Amino acid sequence: MTPILQIQALNKNFGTLQILKNVNVEIESGDFLVLVGPSGCGKSTLLNCIAGLEPVTSGQIAIDGRNMNEISPKDRDIAMVFQSYALYPTMSVAKNITFGMKVRGIDKQTQQEKLAEVSRQLQIEPLLNRRPAQLSGGQRQRVAMGRALVRDPKLFLFDEPLSNLDAKLRVEMRNEIKKLHHNLNATMVYVTHDQIEAMTLATKIVVLKDGLVQQIGTPAEIYLRPANLFVADFMGSPAMNLVTAQTRKNGRGTELVIERPSGEPLRLLDKKARNLPDRVVLGIRPEDITEAAFGSGKNVHITACDVDVVEPAGADTFVLLSLSGKEVTARLKAETRAAAGESMDFAFNMEKASYFDVESGERIN
Amino acid sequence: MMQGDLASTASTQITRLALRWLLYLLLVLFALYYLAPLFVMVTTSLKSLEEIKTGSLVSLPREVTFDAWGTAWSAACSGIKCEGLKPYFWNSIVMAVPAVLISTFLGAINGYVIAQWRFRGANLIFSLMLFGCFIPFQVVLLPMARLLGLMGLAGSIPGLIFVHVVYGLGFTTLFFRNYYVSISPELMRAAKIDGAGFFRIFWSVFLPLSVPIIVVTIIWQFTQIWNDFLFGVSFSQAGTQPITVALNNIVNSTTGVKEYNVDMAAAIIAALPTLIVYVVAGKYFIRGLTAGSVKG
Repeated sequence: MTPILQIQALNKNFGTLQILKNVNVEIESGDFLVLVGPSGCGKSTLLNCIAGLEPVTSGQIAIDGRNMNEISPKDRDIAMVFQSYALYPTMSVAKNITFGMKVRGIDKQTQQEKLAEVSRQLQIEPLLNRRPAQLSGGQRQRVAMGRALVRDPKLFLFDEPLSNLDAKLRVEMRNEIKKLHHNLNATMVYVTHDQIEAMTLATKIVVLKDGLVQQIGTPAEIYLRPANLFVADFMGSPAMNLVTAQTRKNGRGTELVIERPSGEPLRLLDKKARNLPDRVVLGIRPEDITEAAFGSGKNVHITACDVDVVEPAGADTFVLLSLSGKEVTARLKAETRAAAGESMDFAFNMEKASYFDVESGERIN
Repeated sequence: MMQGDLASTASTQITRLALRWLLYLLLVLFALYYLAPLFVMVTTSLKSLEEIKTGSLVSLPREVTFDAWGTAWSAACSGIKCEGLKPYFWNSIVMAVPAVLISTFLGAINGYVIAQWRFRGANLIFSLMLFGCFIPFQVVLLPMARLLGLMGLAGSIPGLIFVHVVYGLGFTTLFFRNYYVSISPELMRAAKIDGAGFFRIFWSVFLPLSVPIIVVTIIWQFTQIWNDFLFGVSFSQAGTQPITVALNNIVNSTTGVKEYNVDMAAAIIAALPTLIVYVVAGKYFIRGLTAGSVKG
């Protein structure tokens, strides 16, 4: 089966500045690809290259098996939703949605049928005669999606479409996009800097930094097995705890020795880890440090730590511990009895631990 | 303490009131100062020559007569012909309307290209066009005369239109470029993906957005072109002169008694179209000049 979108050895320069470096990505029909990374990482440039709004410096982009390098945006069979929505300010909602069809010379009746269908789907029928300026942010967002939907394209492109909405609406629209993806079985490429959006929407995530692909994988792979320190730190909220540790071989596994500001260093035993270098960065998610009573499993290490800060957050309570000169977050149940300044037993789930090379930051387990 | 506070608030209030009245007084004085010449022109144009000779410059007309206006319009003499301003008024219309429309339209396309189709060297070209705004027109008289001669447009109204279009482009481009540069480039991208091309995007997306800046440009260009004297006197000949040149000829070529009332009426007639344009479209002018700061 030909991939819907295939990007091979893509490079993009602005003058002497390298924006994208050797990007290789492939998605199948029905995939929801999210490009995520901090601002300036090149994700929007990559999307614009896919759309044909930016020429590529080298490499190739193919949509449904056709090389797109020399093809103009209008002939790529794509539709795009922009961050600012980019609705035509002087046209009514209906005209905004049908403009593309009008330009392409599709007959009036088909235009009206498609318009009716899409506006029903997005529940924007009452808005059809209004101007974009008379709409709320969420409504503009829907109209922008309607303009993309009527095209019925091979590929939908979204450029940070939710970042201008308030928090509540953002979650609503996120769900709608997800539903839309499911109902249409559409193929989508979506740019965001919000790792939660990436996790919730994607079937496949590309993490970018400084124009370099850091990791490509399913949300679970990215979350559970981040490829390097950058991905580990960027994906997940609160972020993965990353602390340096000395390792010691031990008859039962590998012992990790982690400095503490006062008293004895913390010693954690990972029964499965083998062949680690002398020093590593241990990565462990907050939810993998729990109260001793709730921690169970073969590779769980229980030990006492001093609690620095307790942060009740409603559903969970976050507890900060000080290890190896860093704050380490543990995610406990809301009803925990942890109190600042007191010592308490914690269970470290070493089964889920990630280890990174101290020098390169690459994952080693 | 309390009384002292009250007294001081009262005194600040009095000071504020006094300052306010002083401000109004100054504004009224300035308004009178600027309106005085208009007053003299209007009243003089409505007086008979008799009355001008005997009365004071600033007095109201004892007897209102429109004779001077009639003369200025259709009988005043410039050189050997005595047909008033009428034919020259028409010349100015025939010159100004196309020149304004063409320069505005070209400025819109230029601004659209420079602001939204960023190509290599766009900024350089824009700078050069801006430079054109600051060249004194006297400098270009001779080269332009030569060029018009080569084009076979010397002394003709199309020649004047050409000159005004060329020298208006700097400003019209500046206006439209600054207006379009504030429009998110995403709008252009959306239209491109919708399949629209260069002119389609211009006609369907950008031009409808441009009403305020079109009005500004039209007012500006119309005022410039209508009021122009230098190009008019340099590149026209008998029969193609614009109204400003004719006005000068009428005022300067009278022999014997100077007909101040006719001169004043002629001057007002010559200035009237720009005044009307400003009164009709003035509110758009202000709106358009500040439109760059308003997001759609």
